[in-house]
Amino acid sequence: MQIAVASGKGGTGKTTIATSLALSLAGIAKVRYFDCDVEAPNGHLFLKPTFSESTPAIIRIPQIQTETCVACGRCVEVCQFHALAKVGKNILVFPQLCHGCGSCTWNCPETAIVEVSNPIGTLERGLAPENIEFFRGQLTISEPMPTPVIRQLKKMGHPLPNTTDIFDAPPGASCSVVETLRGVDFALLVTEPTPFGLHDLKQMVGILRDMNIPAGVVINRDEIGDNGVETYCSAEKLPILLRIPFDRQIAEGVSKGKTLVDNFPNYSSSFQQLISRIQEVC
Amino acid sequence: MIAILSAQDQYLESFIDDRFGRCPWFIKIDTVTNQWKAFPNPGVDHPSGAGVAAAQFVIDQKAEVVISGDFGPHAAKAFQIAMIEMRLFTENIVTVQDAVEQFQSNKLPKFQ
Repeated sequence: MQIAVASGKGGTGKTTIATSLALSLAGIAKVRYFDCDVEAPNGHLFLKPTFSESTPAIIRIPQIQTETCVACGRCVEVCQFHALAKVGKNILVFPQLCHGCGSCTWNCPETAIVEVSNPIGTLERGLAPENIEFFRGQLTISEPMPTPVIRQLKKMGHPLPNTTDIFDAPPGASCSVVETLRGVDFALLVTEPTPFGLHDLKQMVGILRDMNIPAGVVINRDEIGDNGVETYCSAEKLPILLRIPFDRQIAEGVSKGKTLVDNFPNYSSSFQQLISRIQEVC
Repeated sequence: MIAILSAQDQYLESFIDDRFGRCPWFIKIDTVTNQWKAFPNPGVDHPSGAGVAAAQFVIDQKAEVVISGDFGPHAAKAFQIAMIEMRLFTENIVTVQDAVEQFQSNKLPKFQ
């Protein structure tokens, strides 16, 4: 089963929940953890894996063969990302704009384009205590496109029977989040009971409905703010699967790299119950 | 000389637009005869690569100089290779007409 932990709003506790979920299940099932927040991965700070393998994340970008190129400009016309420009008899390639779609190569009448690998990040695999298999994607600083890194990271682990895959999603509600959610069985939405939390929760629910993915909610920092999230969840029939109170001790633990269940082992059973409820839905 | 300037609207009296890739209009003008024409910026609505799309338009129009508030790295690279001169608006410029006059008296700084 594959579960994504997402939120919309940043800083609601995605990684706190995702890492605690992984640790709570590790004793009873095979768990794999994928840190899909490739622009700022931080799951490793809590699960403390030892990485044993690192490969580059790449996109395939065009390279123009000047001997065969007749500068017809067809590649420039078909590139919807404007990663190519024609200047006189030269075709310029802008690697940072290229999405690696291959349209230019496909459409070149002279077959004057070959594709070369352009590294944009790294994909790492390792093992964390409790036998959690840990996968981390990292986008190289100054590279603008996180989605290919996330796609390749997810491909490192094909879905396996009797294995729970946990995808720690990036914040926001953009392409990176959609890429993380693609194909998952369930989305766990971590929110806080504030207008900001609610606003972004609604965006996430909109995306999930479009993608036809069932979802449940975790309310973190429960009892601050207002009851907007509560009202929304009951109106939309979104199950609230877990509530975590606003507690200074939890925050202090997190600041020291101690996840929720490290700090409060009692939460393990809550996370195990949460998984049982998810399994009922999926 | 054929110049292309970034503008907020389609007239000589229009305000200049400091953004190159995202300006709604380009004014193309022959700086000797003062004959001019306005073109919508084909790149303005593109989610990415607006600068390159706009630069391609300027290159295809066979401009010799392009005048705007700034140029992004991709557009600047394309203009350097195309050997199109890049000039910048100065603070006192309000309209396209102002910018053309300042250019004609060689008062616009070069983009480095």
